[in-house]
Amino acid sequence: MMNAWLYIGLFLVIALALPAAAIFISYILGPKKPDPVKRSVYECGIETVGETWVQFKAQYYIFGLIFLVFDVETVFLYPWAAAYNQLTLFMVLEAVLFILILVGGLLYAWRKGALEWV
Amino acid sequence: MDFWTDPYLFLVNWLHGLLVGWGLPDAIASFILMFAGAFVLAMGAMLFVLGLIWFERKLVGRFQDRFGPNRVGPWGIIQPLADMLKIFTKEHITPAGVDPLPYNLGPVLAVAAVLAIWAVLPFTISLVGADLDVSVLYVVAIGGLGEIAVVLSGWGSNNKYALLAAFRSVAQLLSYEVPLVIALLVPVMLSGSLSLNQIVREQGVWYIVLAPVAAFIFFIASIAEVGRSPFDLTEAESELVAGFNIEYSGLKFGMFYVADFLHAFTISLLFAVLFLGGWRGPYAEQYPLLGLVYFMLKAGAVYFINIWMRASFPRFRIDQMMGISWKLLTPLAIGAVILTAVIDKLLPGGELLPYGDYVRVGVMLGANLVLVVIAGALMALQKRKHMLQEFPIAASKGFTVRDVSVNRGTK
Repeated sequence: MMNAWLYIGLFLVIALALPAAAIFISYILGPKKPDPVKRSVYECGIETVGETWVQFKAQYYIFGLIFLVFDVETVFLYPWAAAYNQLTLFMVLEAVLFILILVGGLLYAWRKGALEWV
Repeated sequence: MDFWTDPYLFLVNWLHGLLVGWGLPDAIASFILMFAGAFVLAMGAMLFVLGLIWFERKLVGRFQDRFGPNRVGPWGIIQPLADMLKIFTKEHITPAGVDPLPYNLGPVLAVAAVLAIWAVLPFTISLVGADLDVSVLYVVAIGGLGEIAVVLSGWGSNNKYALLAAFRSVAQLLSYEVPLVIALLVPVMLSGSLSLNQIVREQGVWYIVLAPVAAFIFFIASIAEVGRSPFDLTEAESELVAGFNIEYSGLKFGMFYVADFLHAFTISLLFAVLFLGGWRGPYAEQYPLLGLVYFMLKAGAVYFINIWMRASFPRFRIDQMMGISWKLLTPLAIGAVILTAVIDKLLPGGELLPYGDYVRVGVMLGANLVLVVIAGALMALQKRKHMLQEFPIAASKGFTVRDVSVNRGTK
Protein backbone atom coordinates (compact mmCIF):
# COMPACT_ATOMS: atom_id res chain seq x y z
CA MET A 1 0.00 0.00 0.00
CA MET A 2 2.89 2.40 0.71
CA ASN A 3 4.06 1.71 -2.82
CA ALA A 4 0.71 2.82 -4.21
CA TRP A 5 0.91 6.13 -2.35
CA LEU A 6 4.49 6.62 -3.50
CA TYR A 7 3.24 6.15 -7.05
CA ILE A 8 0.50 8.75 -6.46
CA GLY A 9 3.10 11.19 -5.15
CA LEU A 10 5.36 10.61 -8.15
CA PHE A 11 2.42 10.90 -10.50
CA LEU A 12 1.31 14.22 -8.99
CA VAL A 13 4.81 15.66 -9.39
CA ILE A 14 4.93 14.50 -13.01
CA ALA A 15 1.40 15.75 -13.67
CA LEU A 16 2.42 19.19 -12.42
CA ALA A 17 5.78 19.17 -14.19
CA LEU A 18 4.54 18.17 -17.64
CA PRO A 19 2.26 21.17 -18.33
CA ALA A 20 4.72 23.49 -16.59
CA ALA A 21 7.54 22.24 -18.83
CA ALA A 22 5.36 22.58 -21.93
CA ILE A 23 4.48 26.17 -21.04
CA PHE A 24 8.14 26.94 -20.32
CA ILE A 25 9.28 25.54 -23.69
CA SER A 26 6.58 27.45 -25.48
CA TYR A 27 7.63 30.62 -23.60
CA ILE A 28 11.20 30.19 -24.89
CA LEU A 29 10.07 29.46 -28.43
CA GLY A 30 7.51 32.24 -28.76
CA PRO A 31 8.15 35.88 -29.62
CA LYS A 32 8.26 38.43 -26.78
CA LYS A 33 7.11 41.85 -27.94
CA PRO A 34 4.97 43.37 -25.20
CA ASP A 35 3.61 46.88 -25.54
CA PRO A 36 1.26 48.84 -23.27
CA VAL A 37 -1.79 48.49 -25.53
CA LYS A 38 -1.27 44.78 -25.96
CA ARG A 39 -0.86 44.34 -22.24
CA SER A 40 -3.96 46.31 -21.32
CA VAL A 41 -6.84 44.53 -19.63
CA TYR A 42 -9.50 43.38 -22.07
CA GLU A 43 -12.89 44.95 -21.61
CA CYS A 44 -14.73 45.21 -24.93
CA GLY A 45 -12.40 47.88 -26.24
CA ILE A 46 -12.97 50.48 -23.53
CA GLU A 47 -10.59 51.16 -20.70
CA THR A 48 -11.33 49.32 -17.51
CA VAL A 49 -12.66 51.43 -14.66
CA GLY A 50 -11.69 50.91 -11.07
CA GLU A 51 -10.21 47.92 -9.38
CA THR A 52 -11.00 44.33 -10.36
CA TRP A 53 -10.67 42.79 -6.95
CA VAL A 54 -13.67 44.46 -5.39
CA GLN A 55 -15.97 43.06 -2.77
CA PHE A 56 -18.63 41.19 -4.66
CA LYS A 57 -22.00 39.88 -3.61
CA ALA A 58 -21.66 36.11 -3.62
CA GLN A 59 -25.27 35.18 -4.25
CA TYR A 60 -24.75 31.57 -3.41
CA TYR A 61 -23.44 31.72 0.14
CA ILE A 62 -26.56 29.98 1.46
CA PHE A 63 -25.94 27.24 -1.10
CA GLY A 64 -22.44 27.11 0.31
CA LEU A 65 -23.82 26.46 3.80
CA ILE A 66 -26.11 23.68 2.59
CA PHE A 67 -23.25 22.23 0.56
CA LEU A 68 -21.13 22.06 3.68
CA VAL A 69 -23.81 20.10 5.52
CA PHE A 70 -24.15 17.56 2.71
CA ASP A 71 -20.44 17.25 2.15
CA VAL A 72 -19.89 16.38 5.80
CA GLU A 73 -22.82 13.98 5.58
CA THR A 74 -21.20 12.07 2.73
CA VAL A 75 -17.96 11.79 4.68
CA PHE A 76 -19.99 9.88 7.28
CA LEU A 77 -21.78 7.83 4.66
CA TYR A 78 -18.77 6.54 2.71
CA PRO A 79 -17.51 4.20 5.43
CA TRP A 80 -21.07 2.98 5.89
CA ALA A 81 -21.38 2.27 2.15
CA ALA A 82 -18.01 0.52 2.00
CA ALA A 83 -19.01 -1.75 4.89
CA TYR A 84 -22.50 -2.29 3.51
CA ASN A 85 -22.09 -6.04 2.89
CA GLN A 86 -21.37 -6.69 6.56
CA LEU A 87 -24.24 -4.63 7.91
CA THR A 88 -27.55 -5.93 9.19
CA LEU A 89 -30.86 -4.42 8.13
CA PHE A 90 -31.11 -2.51 11.40
CA MET A 91 -27.79 -0.71 10.80
CA VAL A 92 -28.89 0.20 7.28
CA LEU A 93 -32.12 1.64 8.62
CA GLU A 94 -30.20 3.69 11.16
CA ALA A 95 -28.18 5.26 8.36
CA VAL A 96 -31.39 5.86 6.41
CA LEU A 97 -32.77 7.68 9.45
CA PHE A 98 -29.63 9.83 9.52
CA ILE A 99 -30.07 10.67 5.82
CA LEU A 100 -33.76 11.44 6.33
CA ILE A 101 -32.96 13.97 9.06
CA LEU A 102 -30.74 15.78 6.56
CA VAL A 103 -33.45 15.56 3.92
CA GLY A 104 -35.66 17.30 6.44
CA GLY A 105 -33.07 20.07 6.56
CA LEU A 106 -33.03 20.31 2.78
CA LEU A 107 -36.83 20.51 2.64
CA TYR A 108 -36.79 23.22 5.31
CA ALA A 109 -34.26 25.24 3.30
CA TRP A 110 -36.38 24.70 0.21
CA ARG A 111 -39.58 25.92 1.92
CA LYS A 112 -37.74 28.96 3.30
CA GLY A 113 -36.72 29.89 -0.25
CA ALA A 114 -33.01 29.37 0.31
CA LEU A 115 -32.77 27.43 -2.94
CA GLU A 116 -33.96 30.34 -5.08
CA TRP A 117 -31.37 32.31 -7.03
CA VAL A 118 -31.92 35.93 -6.06
CA MET B 1 4.39 -15.68 -17.93
CA ASP B 2 3.81 -15.58 -21.63
CA PHE B 3 4.15 -12.38 -23.65
CA TRP B 4 0.82 -12.79 -25.43
CA THR B 5 -1.32 -13.34 -22.34
CA ASP B 6 -0.25 -10.13 -20.61
CA PRO B 7 2.32 -8.04 -22.49
CA TYR B 8 2.25 -5.31 -19.85
CA LEU B 9 3.20 -7.50 -16.88
CA PHE B 10 5.68 -9.36 -19.07
CA LEU B 11 7.37 -6.10 -20.03
CA VAL B 12 7.49 -4.87 -16.43
CA ASN B 13 8.99 -8.13 -15.19
CA TRP B 14 11.50 -8.20 -18.04
CA LEU B 15 12.63 -4.60 -17.40
CA HIS B 16 12.84 -5.25 -13.67
CA GLY B 17 14.99 -8.29 -14.31
CA LEU B 18 17.18 -6.28 -16.67
CA LEU B 19 17.75 -3.48 -14.14
CA VAL B 20 18.48 -5.91 -11.32
CA GLY B 21 20.83 -7.74 -13.72
CA TRP B 22 22.80 -4.51 -14.10
CA GLY B 23 23.52 -4.62 -10.38
CA LEU B 24 20.89 -2.16 -9.12
CA PRO B 25 19.27 -2.90 -5.74
CA ASP B 26 15.74 -4.25 -5.97
CA ALA B 27 14.10 -1.20 -4.39
CA ILE B 28 15.78 1.29 -6.74
CA ALA B 29 14.86 -0.80 -9.79
CA SER B 30 11.23 -0.80 -8.65
CA PHE B 31 11.36 2.96 -8.10
CA ILE B 32 12.76 3.61 -11.57
CA LEU B 33 10.09 1.44 -13.14
CA MET B 34 7.40 3.20 -11.13
CA PHE B 35 8.66 6.59 -12.27
CA ALA B 36 8.84 5.45 -15.88
CA GLY B 37 5.33 4.01 -15.67
CA ALA B 38 3.92 7.22 -14.22
CA PHE B 39 5.71 9.30 -16.86
CA VAL B 40 4.48 7.14 -19.75
CA LEU B 41 0.90 7.21 -18.44
CA ALA B 42 0.86 10.99 -17.93
CA MET B 43 2.55 11.70 -21.26
CA GLY B 44 0.26 9.22 -23.01
CA ALA B 45 -2.79 10.94 -21.55
CA MET B 46 -1.56 14.35 -22.74
CA LEU B 47 -0.88 13.08 -26.26
CA PHE B 48 -4.18 11.21 -26.27
CA VAL B 49 -5.83 14.65 -26.19
CA LEU B 50 -4.73 15.23 -29.79
CA GLY B 51 -6.91 12.31 -30.84
CA LEU B 52 -9.78 13.54 -28.67
CA ILE B 53 -9.67 17.01 -30.20
CA TRP B 54 -9.84 15.54 -33.69
CA PHE B 55 -12.67 13.18 -32.71
CA GLU B 56 -14.71 15.90 -31.09
CA ARG B 57 -14.20 18.51 -33.82
CA LYS B 58 -15.10 15.98 -36.46
CA LEU B 59 -18.22 14.88 -34.60
CA VAL B 60 -19.41 18.38 -33.74
CA GLY B 61 -18.87 19.25 -37.39
CA ARG B 62 -21.07 16.37 -38.44
CA PHE B 63 -23.75 17.31 -35.91
CA GLN B 64 -23.78 20.80 -37.37
CA ASP B 65 -23.91 19.52 -40.95
CA ARG B 66 -20.31 20.48 -41.76
CA PHE B 67 -17.28 18.38 -42.59
CA GLY B 68 -15.11 19.32 -39.64
CA PRO B 69 -11.34 19.28 -40.17
CA ASN B 70 -10.63 17.58 -43.50
CA ARG B 71 -7.60 19.28 -45.06
CA VAL B 72 -4.49 18.22 -43.16
CA GLY B 73 -3.87 14.54 -43.67
CA PRO B 74 -6.52 11.89 -44.37
CA TRP B 75 -9.86 12.98 -42.78
CA GLY B 76 -8.00 15.90 -41.23
CA ILE B 77 -6.37 13.60 -38.72
CA ILE B 78 -3.13 15.63 -38.54
CA GLN B 79 -5.02 18.85 -37.82
CA PRO B 80 -4.58 18.82 -34.01
CA LEU B 81 -0.86 18.20 -34.45
CA ALA B 82 -0.58 21.24 -36.72
CA ASP B 83 -2.56 23.29 -34.21
CA MET B 84 -0.26 22.15 -31.42
CA LEU B 85 2.87 23.14 -33.34
CA LYS B 86 1.37 26.55 -34.01
CA ILE B 87 0.28 27.20 -30.45
CA PHE B 88 3.74 26.22 -29.16
CA THR B 89 5.30 29.18 -30.98
CA LYS B 90 2.72 31.78 -29.97
CA GLU B 91 3.55 34.75 -27.79
CA HIS B 92 2.50 34.66 -24.13
CA ILE B 93 0.79 37.98 -23.58
CA THR B 94 0.61 38.73 -19.87
CA PRO B 95 -1.75 41.61 -19.17
CA ALA B 96 -0.69 44.41 -16.85
CA GLY B 97 -1.51 44.03 -13.17
CA VAL B 98 -2.09 40.29 -12.99
CA ASP B 99 -1.37 38.43 -9.79
CA PRO B 100 1.52 36.33 -11.12
CA LEU B 101 1.29 33.28 -8.87
CA PRO B 102 -2.37 32.37 -9.38
CA TYR B 103 -2.24 33.54 -13.00
CA ASN B 104 0.56 31.15 -13.90
CA LEU B 105 -0.48 28.36 -11.57
CA GLY B 106 -3.99 28.20 -13.05
CA PRO B 107 -3.30 26.44 -16.37
CA VAL B 108 -0.75 24.06 -14.82
CA LEU B 109 -3.11 23.03 -12.05
CA ALA B 110 -6.00 22.64 -14.49
CA VAL B 111 -4.13 19.94 -16.41
CA ALA B 112 -2.56 18.36 -13.33
CA ALA B 113 -5.94 17.93 -11.64
CA VAL B 114 -7.28 15.90 -14.55
CA LEU B 115 -4.11 13.89 -15.10
CA ALA B 116 -4.06 12.92 -11.43
CA ILE B 117 -7.31 11.01 -11.86
CA TRP B 118 -5.62 8.76 -14.43
CA ALA B 119 -3.27 7.49 -11.72
CA VAL B 120 -5.98 5.31 -10.17
CA LEU B 121 -8.01 4.22 -13.21
CA PRO B 122 -8.05 0.45 -13.75
CA PHE B 123 -7.30 0.12 -17.48
CA THR B 124 -7.04 -3.67 -17.38
CA ILE B 125 -7.11 -6.21 -14.57
CA SER B 126 -3.37 -5.71 -14.03
CA LEU B 127 -2.69 -2.30 -15.58
CA VAL B 128 -3.60 0.05 -12.73
CA GLY B 129 -1.38 2.97 -11.84
CA ALA B 130 -2.00 2.72 -8.10
CA ASP B 131 -4.62 0.29 -6.88
CA LEU B 132 -5.62 2.40 -3.87
CA ASP B 133 -8.24 1.00 -1.52
CA VAL B 134 -9.80 4.48 -1.31
CA SER B 135 -9.55 5.49 -4.96
CA VAL B 136 -13.19 6.64 -5.14
CA LEU B 137 -12.51 9.20 -2.42
CA TYR B 138 -9.24 10.12 -4.15
CA VAL B 139 -11.08 10.80 -7.42
CA VAL B 140 -13.64 12.99 -5.64
CA ALA B 141 -10.94 14.93 -3.81
CA ILE B 142 -8.70 15.46 -6.83
CA GLY B 143 -11.70 16.25 -9.05
CA GLY B 144 -12.36 19.37 -7.01
CA LEU B 145 -8.88 20.71 -7.77
CA GLY B 146 -9.86 21.47 -11.37
CA GLU B 147 -12.33 24.05 -10.14
CA ILE B 148 -9.67 25.62 -7.96
CA ALA B 149 -7.61 26.11 -11.12
CA VAL B 150 -10.54 27.96 -12.65
CA VAL B 151 -10.89 30.13 -9.55
CA LEU B 152 -7.16 30.86 -9.46
CA SER B 153 -7.00 31.93 -13.09
CA GLY B 154 -10.21 33.93 -12.85
CA TRP B 155 -8.99 35.75 -9.78
CA GLY B 156 -5.43 36.25 -10.95
CA SER B 157 -6.29 37.62 -14.39
CA ASN B 158 -7.18 41.13 -13.22
CA ASN B 159 -10.24 41.04 -15.44
CA LYS B 160 -13.83 41.50 -14.36
CA TYR B 161 -15.28 38.96 -16.76
CA ALA B 162 -12.78 36.37 -15.61
CA LEU B 163 -13.67 37.11 -12.00
CA LEU B 164 -17.39 36.68 -12.69
CA ALA B 165 -16.66 33.37 -14.37
CA ALA B 166 -14.70 32.25 -11.33
CA PHE B 167 -17.64 33.12 -9.08
CA ARG B 168 -19.97 31.11 -11.26
CA SER B 169 -17.64 28.17 -11.29
CA VAL B 170 -17.65 28.08 -7.49
CA ALA B 171 -21.45 28.10 -7.49
CA GLN B 172 -21.44 25.24 -9.99
CA LEU B 173 -18.91 23.19 -8.06
CA LEU B 174 -20.81 23.66 -4.81
CA SER B 175 -24.06 22.54 -6.35
CA TYR B 176 -23.03 19.55 -8.42
CA GLU B 177 -20.53 18.07 -6.00
CA VAL B 178 -23.43 17.03 -3.76
CA PRO B 179 -25.48 14.84 -6.17
CA LEU B 180 -22.26 13.51 -7.71
CA VAL B 181 -20.87 12.30 -4.41
CA ILE B 182 -24.20 10.91 -3.21
CA ALA B 183 -24.74 9.04 -6.50
CA LEU B 184 -21.23 7.60 -6.15
CA LEU B 185 -22.37 5.97 -2.90
CA VAL B 186 -24.51 3.52 -4.87
CA PRO B 187 -21.73 1.64 -6.73
CA VAL B 188 -19.66 1.73 -3.54
CA MET B 189 -22.55 0.14 -1.67
CA LEU B 190 -23.26 -2.50 -4.31
CA SER B 191 -19.63 -3.56 -4.48
CA GLY B 192 -18.78 -2.98 -0.84
CA SER B 193 -15.47 -1.37 -1.76
CA LEU B 194 -13.94 2.04 -2.33
CA SER B 195 -11.38 0.69 -4.80
CA LEU B 196 -12.16 1.30 -8.46
CA ASN B 197 -10.59 -1.98 -9.53
CA GLN B 198 -12.63 -3.88 -6.95
CA ILE B 199 -15.80 -2.14 -8.16
CA VAL B 200 -15.05 -3.38 -11.68
CA ARG B 201 -14.36 -6.91 -10.44
CA GLU B 202 -17.69 -7.06 -8.62
CA GLN B 203 -19.68 -6.03 -11.66
CA GLY B 204 -20.97 -9.38 -12.87
CA VAL B 205 -24.07 -7.37 -13.69
CA TRP B 206 -23.28 -3.86 -14.85
CA TYR B 207 -24.37 -1.33 -12.27
CA ILE B 208 -26.16 0.73 -14.90
CA VAL B 209 -28.72 -2.12 -14.91
CA LEU B 210 -28.91 -2.32 -11.12
CA ALA B 211 -28.89 1.43 -10.51
CA PRO B 212 -29.90 3.38 -13.63
CA VAL B 213 -31.03 6.42 -11.64
CA ALA B 214 -27.66 6.76 -9.91
CA ALA B 215 -25.91 6.33 -13.27
CA PHE B 216 -28.03 9.07 -14.80
CA ILE B 217 -27.34 11.43 -11.90
CA PHE B 218 -23.62 10.72 -12.04
CA PHE B 219 -23.58 11.36 -15.78
CA ILE B 220 -25.35 14.73 -15.55
CA ALA B 221 -23.50 15.87 -12.43
CA SER B 222 -20.10 14.94 -13.81
CA ILE B 223 -20.73 16.94 -16.97
CA ALA B 224 -21.71 19.91 -14.84
CA GLU B 225 -18.71 19.40 -12.59
CA VAL B 226 -16.41 19.54 -15.58
CA GLY B 227 -18.23 22.57 -16.93
CA ARG B 228 -19.00 21.17 -20.36
CA SER B 229 -21.91 22.37 -22.41
CA PRO B 230 -24.85 22.61 -21.58
CA PHE B 231 -23.39 23.59 -18.18
CA ASP B 232 -20.54 25.76 -19.52
CA LEU B 233 -21.62 28.89 -17.69
CA THR B 234 -18.02 29.73 -16.94
CA GLU B 235 -17.45 30.24 -20.65
CA ALA B 236 -20.73 31.88 -21.61
CA GLU B 237 -19.45 33.91 -24.54
CA SER B 238 -22.54 36.08 -24.85
CA GLU B 239 -22.13 37.31 -21.27
CA LEU B 240 -18.51 36.80 -20.25
CA VAL B 241 -16.65 37.05 -23.61
CA ALA B 242 -14.52 33.96 -22.97
CA GLY B 243 -14.96 33.43 -19.27
CA PHE B 244 -12.14 32.63 -16.91
CA ASN B 245 -9.51 32.14 -19.64
CA ILE B 246 -10.06 35.51 -21.32
CA GLU B 247 -6.59 36.93 -20.52
CA TYR B 248 -4.63 33.82 -21.50
CA SER B 249 -2.86 33.34 -24.78
CA GLY B 250 -0.51 30.88 -26.42
CA LEU B 251 0.05 27.58 -24.72
CA LYS B 252 -1.32 28.84 -21.41
CA PHE B 253 -4.69 29.01 -23.09
CA GLY B 254 -3.88 25.73 -24.81
CA MET B 255 -3.51 24.06 -21.43
CA PHE B 256 -7.09 24.98 -20.50
CA TYR B 257 -8.13 23.53 -23.84
CA VAL B 258 -6.24 20.31 -23.11
CA ALA B 259 -7.70 20.13 -19.61
CA ASP B 260 -11.22 20.59 -20.94
CA PHE B 261 -11.00 17.76 -23.47
CA LEU B 262 -9.14 15.46 -21.12
CA HIS B 263 -11.62 16.11 -18.35
CA ALA B 264 -14.54 15.27 -20.60
CA PHE B 265 -12.94 11.97 -21.54
CA THR B 266 -11.86 11.23 -17.98
CA ILE B 267 -15.43 11.45 -16.69
CA SER B 268 -16.42 9.08 -19.50
CA LEU B 269 -13.74 6.68 -18.30
CA LEU B 270 -15.02 7.02 -14.73
CA PHE B 271 -18.56 6.37 -15.87
CA ALA B 272 -17.39 3.25 -17.71
CA VAL B 273 -15.56 2.05 -14.58
CA LEU B 274 -18.41 2.69 -12.17
CA PHE B 275 -21.45 1.71 -14.19
CA LEU B 276 -20.44 -0.08 -17.40
CA GLY B 277 -18.13 -2.70 -15.96
CA GLY B 278 -14.79 -1.10 -16.88
CA TRP B 279 -12.51 -3.62 -18.55
CA ARG B 280 -14.99 -6.50 -18.20
CA GLY B 281 -15.88 -8.44 -21.32
CA PRO B 282 -15.37 -11.81 -22.94
CA TYR B 283 -11.84 -13.16 -22.32
CA ALA B 284 -10.77 -9.94 -20.58
CA GLU B 285 -9.36 -11.85 -17.61
CA GLN B 286 -7.23 -14.23 -19.66
CA TYR B 287 -6.00 -11.55 -22.06
CA PRO B 288 -5.86 -8.28 -20.11
CA LEU B 289 -5.06 -6.12 -23.12
CA LEU B 290 -8.44 -7.08 -24.54
CA GLY B 291 -9.88 -5.47 -21.39
CA LEU B 292 -8.23 -2.19 -22.37
CA VAL B 293 -10.00 -2.34 -25.72
CA TYR B 294 -13.38 -2.95 -24.06
CA PHE B 295 -12.73 -0.17 -21.59
CA MET B 296 -11.84 2.35 -24.28
CA LEU B 297 -14.83 1.35 -26.40
CA LYS B 298 -17.21 1.81 -23.46
CA ALA B 299 -15.65 5.13 -22.52
CA GLY B 300 -15.75 6.18 -26.18
CA ALA B 301 -19.47 5.47 -26.30
CA VAL B 302 -20.07 7.61 -23.20
CA TYR B 303 -17.86 10.35 -24.67
CA PHE B 304 -19.92 10.21 -27.84
CA ILE B 305 -23.13 10.84 -25.86
CA ASN B 306 -21.29 13.64 -24.10
CA ILE B 307 -20.49 15.35 -27.41
CA TRP B 308 -24.01 14.65 -28.63
CA MET B 309 -25.38 16.53 -25.63
CA ARG B 310 -22.96 19.36 -26.24
CA ALA B 311 -24.12 19.66 -29.83
CA SER B 312 -27.82 19.38 -29.02
CA PHE B 313 -28.69 21.40 -25.95
CA PRO B 314 -28.63 25.14 -25.36
CA ARG B 315 -26.83 26.46 -22.30
CA PHE B 316 -28.73 26.65 -19.02
CA ARG B 317 -29.27 29.87 -17.14
CA ILE B 318 -27.56 29.96 -13.77
CA ASP B 319 -30.76 29.83 -11.69
CA GLN B 320 -31.99 26.89 -13.77
CA MET B 321 -28.65 25.17 -13.31
CA MET B 322 -28.77 25.55 -9.52
CA GLY B 323 -32.40 24.46 -9.51
CA ILE B 324 -31.66 21.24 -11.40
CA SER B 325 -29.00 20.32 -8.91
CA TRP B 326 -30.71 21.16 -5.63
CA LYS B 327 -34.36 20.54 -6.45
CA LEU B 328 -34.07 17.53 -8.73
CA LEU B 329 -30.73 15.71 -8.69
CA THR B 330 -29.96 15.91 -4.96
CA PRO B 331 -33.33 14.58 -3.71
CA LEU B 332 -33.31 11.96 -6.46
CA ALA B 333 -29.80 10.85 -5.54
CA ILE B 334 -30.75 10.55 -1.86
CA GLY B 335 -33.81 8.57 -2.87
CA ALA B 336 -31.69 6.24 -5.00
CA VAL B 337 -29.25 5.64 -2.14
CA ILE B 338 -32.00 4.85 0.39
CA LEU B 339 -33.83 2.61 -2.07
CA THR B 340 -30.75 0.65 -3.04
CA ALA B 341 -29.63 0.25 0.56
CA VAL B 342 -32.96 -1.03 1.87
CA ILE B 343 -33.95 -3.25 -1.06
CA ASP B 344 -30.54 -4.87 -1.47
CA LYS B 345 -30.61 -5.76 2.24
CA LEU B 346 -34.16 -7.11 2.12
CA LEU B 347 -33.47 -9.33 -0.88
CA PRO B 348 -31.90 -12.65 0.06
CA GLY B 349 -28.56 -13.51 -1.53
CA GLY B 350 -28.43 -14.71 -5.11
CA GLU B 351 -27.68 -18.31 -4.22
CA LEU B 352 -30.81 -18.76 -2.09
CA LEU B 353 -33.36 -18.05 -4.80
CA PRO B 354 -33.73 -19.83 -8.11
CA TYR B 355 -32.66 -17.35 -10.80
CA GLY B 356 -31.54 -15.11 -7.89
CA ASP B 357 -29.58 -12.70 -10.06
CA TYR B 358 -32.46 -12.14 -12.45
CA VAL B 359 -34.84 -11.53 -9.56
CA ARG B 360 -32.39 -9.03 -8.09
CA VAL B 361 -32.00 -7.15 -11.38
CA GLY B 362 -35.76 -7.15 -11.91
CA VAL B 363 -36.55 -5.84 -8.44
CA MET B 364 -33.84 -3.16 -8.65
CA LEU B 365 -35.01 -1.99 -12.07
CA GLY B 366 -38.60 -1.88 -10.87
CA ALA B 367 -37.65 0.10 -7.78
CA ASN B 368 -35.69 2.60 -9.88
CA LEU B 369 -38.65 2.94 -12.22
CA VAL B 370 -40.95 3.65 -9.28
CA LEU B 371 -38.50 6.30 -8.08
CA VAL B 372 -38.50 8.00 -11.49
CA VAL B 373 -42.31 7.93 -11.62
CA ILE B 374 -42.58 9.46 -8.14
CA ALA B 375 -40.05 12.17 -9.03
CA GLY B 376 -41.91 12.93 -12.25
CA ALA B 377 -45.24 13.14 -10.43
CA LEU B 378 -43.79 15.49 -7.80
CA MET B 379 -42.32 17.69 -10.52
CA ALA B 380 -45.65 17.83 -12.36
CA LEU B 381 -47.38 18.76 -9.10
CA GLN B 382 -44.81 21.47 -8.44
CA LYS B 383 -45.25 22.90 -11.91
CA ARG B 384 -49.04 22.88 -11.58
CA LYS B 385 -48.87 24.73 -8.26
CA HIS B 386 -46.45 27.22 -9.75
CA MET B 387 -48.70 27.86 -12.75
CA LEU B 388 -51.80 28.31 -10.59
CA GLN B 389 -49.88 31.03 -8.75
CA GLU B 390 -48.56 32.79 -11.82
CA PHE B 391 -51.37 32.33 -14.32
CA PRO B 392 -54.49 31.60 -12.23
CA ILE B 393 -57.08 32.10 -14.98
CA ALA B 394 -55.35 30.17 -17.74
CA ALA B 395 -54.37 27.33 -15.44
CA SER B 396 -57.85 26.96 -13.94
CA LYS B 397 -59.25 26.55 -17.46
CA GLY B 398 -56.75 23.80 -18.09
CA PHE B 399 -54.51 25.72 -20.50
CA THR B 400 -50.84 25.00 -20.21
CA VAL B 401 -48.31 27.77 -20.53
CA ARG B 402 -45.11 26.54 -22.05
CA ASP B 403 -41.92 27.35 -20.17
CA VAL B 404 -43.22 29.72 -17.57
CA SER B 405 -39.79 30.81 -16.44
CA VAL B 406 -38.97 32.34 -19.83
CA ASN B 407 -42.17 34.39 -19.90
CA ARG B 408 -41.57 35.63 -16.39
CA GLY B 409 -37.95 36.54 -16.96
CA THR B 410 -35.40 36.63 -14.20
CA LYS B 411 -36.32 38.31 -10.96
